[in-house]
Amino acid sequence: MTFFLQNLVNALQWGSFYALIALGYSMVYSILMLFNFAHGDIFMVGAYIGFFISTGLVVFSASGILPLPNWLILMLTIVFAMIATSFLGMIVERVAYRPLRDAPRASVAVTAMMVGIILETGNLALLGARRRNFPALIEMTTYKIGGVSVTNTRIMIVVLSVLLMLALHLFIRRTKWGMAIRAMAYDYVVVPLMGVSVNTITVLTFGIGSALAAAAGIFFGIAYPVLEPYMGILVGWKAFVAAILGGRGSVPGAALAGFLLGFIEIFVAAIFPSTLRDLIAYSIILIILTFRPHGFFGEAYSARLRL
Amino acid sequence: MLKKIGLMILALSLVATVISGCGPKAPTTIKIGINAEITGDIPKVGEGTKYAAEMWLEDIKAAGGLEVGGKKYPVELVIEDNEAKAESAAAATTKLITQDQILIMVGPQASKQAIPAGEVADANATPMISPWSTNPRTTKDRPWVFRACFLDPFQGTVVAKFSTEEFGFKKAAVLYDVASDYPKGIAEFFKAAFEEINGAGSVVAFETFTTKDRDFSAQLTKILASGAEFLFTPQYYDEVPLIVKQAHELGWDKPIMGSDAWGSAELMTLCGDDCKGSFFSTHYAAKGAKGATKEFIDRYNTKYGYVPDDVGALTWDTMLIAQRAIQDCGKITGDIKADRKCVRDALAKIKDFDGITGKMTFTEEGDPIKCAVIVKISDAGEFEFYKSACP
Repeated sequence: MTFFLQNLVNALQWGSFYALIALGYSMVYSILMLFNFAHGDIFMVGAYIGFFISTGLVVFSASGILPLPNWLILMLTIVFAMIATSFLGMIVERVAYRPLRDAPRASVAVTAMMVGIILETGNLALLGARRRNFPALIEMTTYKIGGVSVTNTRIMIVVLSVLLMLALHLFIRRTKWGMAIRAMAYDYVVVPLMGVSVNTITVLTFGIGSALAAAAGIFFGIAYPVLEPYMGILVGWKAFVAAILGGRGSVPGAALAGFLLGFIEIFVAAIFPSTLRDLIAYSIILIILTFRPHGFFGEAYSARLRL
Repeated sequence: MLKKIGLMILALSLVATVISGCGPKAPTTIKIGINAEITGDIPKVGEGTKYAAEMWLEDIKAAGGLEVGGKKYPVELVIEDNEAKAESAAAATTKLITQDQILIMVGPQASKQAIPAGEVADANATPMISPWSTNPRTTKDRPWVFRACFLDPFQGTVVAKFSTEEFGFKKAAVLYDVASDYPKGIAEFFKAAFEEINGAGSVVAFETFTTKDRDFSAQLTKILASGAEFLFTPQYYDEVPLIVKQAHELGWDKPIMGSDAWGSAELMTLCGDDCKGSFFSTHYAAKGAKGATKEFIDRYNTKYGYVPDDVGALTWDTMLIAQRAIQDCGKITGDIKADRKCVRDALAKIKDFDGITGKMTFTEEGDPIKCAVIVKISDAGEFEFYKSACP
């Protein structure tokens, strides 16, 4: 039982990264039918921006001009990194995707991969291959509850991730902007005729998706404090799987699928030999998709709508 | 007109060649090639190589040359950059052998470069010693290629013996990257050695992950539940902090041990307090060194301003091994092919060479039999000599 609960705790943390990144994939995909393969690298850049902001704030705070408590540094880091990364997402959209909006989907997918490679190698050229250590802003405390080890950072990561997802859900469901995003996802051709600007909505979607990726990047940095330019590739790919599994454009779907992916990976590694983890985990996903090709919450989508 | 000038130049250069070829023989200079990673991914490795080799040359110059068979010969180092690339390492080797006419080559350091360079050296019948390459393939079936360090898998055996003898551990857990040769080799040798000492099933958890994985919580939860007395994880310095930190988060408070891939100055900046108190096996330890090793460290530190890492120390030993082989050979004939053969044969015969990284005797394969050093990471975060561990 302890073994099960401990792995449940492990899976919750691991799943929150997938969920947060999957949301960005899912939103962009729902509107533009674009596989934004650079999203995992935006997550990486978000982590690096978070690293520089927090390191800078720590130095600034230590210089004595304005001593800041560590929790405040963390909050400022999250906010500023989310803002900065959302601008990056918007710039990527403007420079790389908008000119190709009417191009064949394969060209856009390739463009997305190129953007990803540019972000990775650009980082490598700019900062070198040296690994960066994300500063430990929170003194780690381990709580033992009935034999299960839980740390304060894990609780914080899971709680903040879920709060962000809830905020996004409310935004999409309860605001006019959210309604515009949903409408655009429903019909890309007719909705602009009603006076909703495609460009504004697309930029907004990229901004929100990138901001969530930045939050995921910072949480990742706190949980796994070694940063490197290629850290986003694998996580990004797997989060993409979660986005598809969740269903097109569904916030609860992407979140749920992200957590599910985390659970499957952790429990497969916990029960079977860990060498077989991805083999078994992704065979399970394959079976799920065979039976639910549109994911959990995806509606059957007709390509006829897109001209 | 142009044709005429061209012809004249050709004629002149021919004459020059003939003259230089027949001219009086200058005293033969002993040329030693250094094939090092000066630029590229690991420039620190190249720098350490160059510095150690130049320090050795200083000693030779101070003695008025290298004495071979009662005669003193001037020595020249020919340093080539291999850019930490396999192709460049092979090209640099070819250049050193054919153009620079070196007697013996030192380097490359990393296996990625040393394996292809070794092929070229072996094909051209030129002795080569890699100070730092631990991959078995570097010297395998290559009579002309030697190394000054132990092999990868050897560390698994050493740690298995050390943990049993020093602490009396009977149950071990292993966590390693199954997709990477280096950790996989060590982990498997560790398991075999540990189970030979403590009986089958004494490695109670043998867990794996794949390169680039960042979360090890499922594997570590298994390891915690297995009742192991210590964890052995022969991983690189960028993965070790994640493993150690996550283990502690899950409540692991027993010893953690590793291999020489831990031994980077970066480890402690990435790992912080979590790695303190851990052990790993490596080639040499700067802190707590004695005798000749300490002399070398102090001299290097004064000259270049930092404590040399294992590359520097192994290069130093390699230079001395090369020197000994040349001296053992006993004569420099000036016929580079014969001299190379003579040096190679002398190298293969070296016994009980007393280096600063341990005593070495070469095997048939050109690999030294030597001891490893077990390092403990002190509370101050320094890599401290703990014990010498022999096979």
